[in-house]
Amino acid sequence: MKLAWGALSGLMLALVFLALCVFSLSGDWASFFSWTAAVKMSEFAAGFLSPAIDPAFLSKLAYATFETLAISWLGTLIACVFGLLAALPASGRWGRAPRAAARLLLNVLRAIPELVWAVMAVIAVGLGPFAGTLALGVHTTGVLGRLFAESLENVPPEPGASLRRHGVGAVAAFWYTTFPQVTPQLMSYSMYRWEINVRAAAILGVVGAGGLGQMLHFHLSLFQMSEAASVLIAMIVLVSVVDALSNYFRGRMIA
Amino acid sequence: MHLSVAGDLRDPAWRGRVTAAIVFLALLLPAGYLTEFNPATLWGEASLRALKQFLGSFFPPAMSPEFLKLVAEAAWKTVAIATVGTAIAIAIALPTALAATRILSISRIATGRMAALPALVRRAIRWLLIFLRSIPEIVWAMIFVRAVGLGDTAGVMAIGITYGGMLGKVYIEILESADNQSTKVLLQNGAGRLQAFWYAALPVSLPEMMSYTIYRWECAIRASVVMGFVGAGGLGQQMELSMKMLAGAEVLTMLLVFVALVWMADMLSALLRRVFA
Amino acid sequence: MSYAAGAPALNEISLALAPGEQVAIIGPSGAGKSTLLATLACALRPVAGSVQVLGVDPWALPAGELHALRQRLFLAPQLPPLPPRQRVVHAVLAGRLPQWSAWQALRSLIYPADAEIARAALARFRLEDKLFLRCDKLSGGERQRVALARLLASAAELLLLDEPVSSLDPALALNALEVLQGEAGARGATLVVSLHAVDLALAKFPRMIGVKAGRVVFDLPRAQVTDELLADLYGAELNASVQALPDEPSAVLKLSRCT
Repeated sequence: MKLAWGALSGLMLALVFLALCVFSLSGDWASFFSWTAAVKMSEFAAGFLSPAIDPAFLSKLAYATFETLAISWLGTLIACVFGLLAALPASGRWGRAPRAAARLLLNVLRAIPELVWAVMAVIAVGLGPFAGTLALGVHTTGVLGRLFAESLENVPPEPGASLRRHGVGAVAAFWYTTFPQVTPQLMSYSMYRWEINVRAAAILGVVGAGGLGQMLHFHLSLFQMSEAASVLIAMIVLVSVVDALSNYFRGRMIA
Repeated sequence: MHLSVAGDLRDPAWRGRVTAAIVFLALLLPAGYLTEFNPATLWGEASLRALKQFLGSFFPPAMSPEFLKLVAEAAWKTVAIATVGTAIAIAIALPTALAATRILSISRIATGRMAALPALVRRAIRWLLIFLRSIPEIVWAMIFVRAVGLGDTAGVMAIGITYGGMLGKVYIEILESADNQSTKVLLQNGAGRLQAFWYAALPVSLPEMMSYTIYRWECAIRASVVMGFVGAGGLGQQMELSMKMLAGAEVLTMLLVFVALVWMADMLSALLRRVFA
Repeated sequence: MSYAAGAPALNEISLALAPGEQVAIIGPSGAGKSTLLATLACALRPVAGSVQVLGVDPWALPAGELHALRQRLFLAPQLPPLPPRQRVVHAVLAGRLPQWSAWQALRSLIYPADAEIARAALARFRLEDKLFLRCDKLSGGERQRVALARLLASAAELLLLDEPVSSLDPALALNALEVLQGEAGARGATLVVSLHAVDLALAKFPRMIGVKAGRVVFDLPRAQVTDELLADLYGAELNASVQALPDEPSAVLKLSRCT
């Protein structure tokens, strides 16, 4: 068997699927590589290379940056609290039916992207950062809830069981044994999720949920590329700072 | 025997905890202010009515045949955008990773350190990859939509560029963290860089590279839906239209289709990874 | 070739090998045998001193010519460098990569170009039935022989082998060495082999180089290598291990077979 038939047929299948996909698309490549597109892109590039730095704009930018930070932070915090609450049934401590129900709820919350939640939140509470905070909170509850549930499931049950054998109530046993054991992991997941949420918060604004995203959408709609570039730079700086902070705190917790 | 009790019975961790709690509360207030946090609006008269109306319109989900056909087409378009986008990403990432990885460096063979020019070139390529992936794909999508118009081309290129950066970085990491003895020996015996890749580095790293690429394809499907909200085609664009019209029934159908799509992609991805990797 | 080198692993070495010679390098573990072979293979740059390989100083060459020089030699490390999921036929044909263009190399992966050559090379080590197996399905000894088959498929003029028969039983080891020496003789290639089994080295190689603690202790034709020299070479190691266990009765050690 000189030819590796398995590998070759797999490759063929993948290429056929790819060809199908290419044909399904509008195939509007001409417009992407056309002259007008090139001119527009070079205009954009020119705008991007000279970001706006006048003080009035910069102060608005700073406010939007802190707004985005607040959205991400508060959203993650809400998700920690509600995620932990949802993780209790989802880890199976109260039986199989609550576990299935809680897990289903958490999966639904997770599966729907933050942006979709944001659009719905905007409909519910209007434009602005509150919608963004709610959307992040709801989606991240699904994510953290599932992670917390798995941590709780993996906790060794002996310390809690031994306390309860001595007549300690379930709640107290939880706070004294289970909770301290999972706290480092919970904090680590939350920090990591905060990092991701800063990126998400920056983007949610494009549908009107406040922060840098809303500013970016605004300036892009008006083709104000210099201002858009400044917003992008602010986004990248914010994300880098939060990444560094999160790494620092996670390092401290491990040590 | 004289037993002296330690002077201070206060918990040494107490001060740290109090400080942390105060800082926490101090940050909570500005955060609440900045985000215009106002749960009352959730229960305000007007918004409650609008919310009830919107949620009420969700049930029953829209199921007319023409609409379902529309949704199916949009869903397939999303898959196509994700697939072609990922293919473009691979086409960007693979040559870039090969050009930038240390394990194919010939100047490094004898001294353990690269010569100056090759090192510079490799670093420049890595910076390019960082640039490609540091801008979120949705931003690329917004820019492309304004440059070339609404539609799936913008989405495909946005995914291709961003994921090209991500795949490139991960390919480099996979290549460099694998056991590189066989690659090194081929280079020492005079094989070319590409030859050393095909005959040593690739067989060793292929399973991991394929596994990550398939996982990225899954993420691309979700990203395609999200980008549709800014006009880059597919299911997301349809969902945005329906939401604008507050057509809850249509939104619900599309949400269900979306969840089903993501679930199927997850299954397929797990299957492929088990078979090939 | 000849060089005089000063490096932490190797010190003050002065060696000359004529083309077509067959030499065995022996010495205790950690003596620097692998480092010596790597330096001869232009895989390690000496910190001080000069090297001449196949008539040229490799470190004075521009990068392209140095790489062309590397194509004329073959260095086989202690651990057979076989990718686990690769099939044996490709692992063997990898020896021909210096002769192939990148495109030919890729084509051969899809449909092996010179499968006959690979089969013939494997046959000389009694492995021809493993041609299309995956490398991770082979035993340690089989992997070592596949790595040697790769050498047969190559066209190198300078063959540097680091412990090529360490996983083979005595009969297979003897057979393998005979195949290698026959091949080197037929090509007129220089063969340098480092071995642990001193009796094997003494039996098959006309010239022996003893290396200890980074220095060449002796460089002699086979007939002049005496038991005292061998005891000296491996002796310090033996003495050290005996001193470390003062209460153990000293075992009877056969100096010609060292671990």
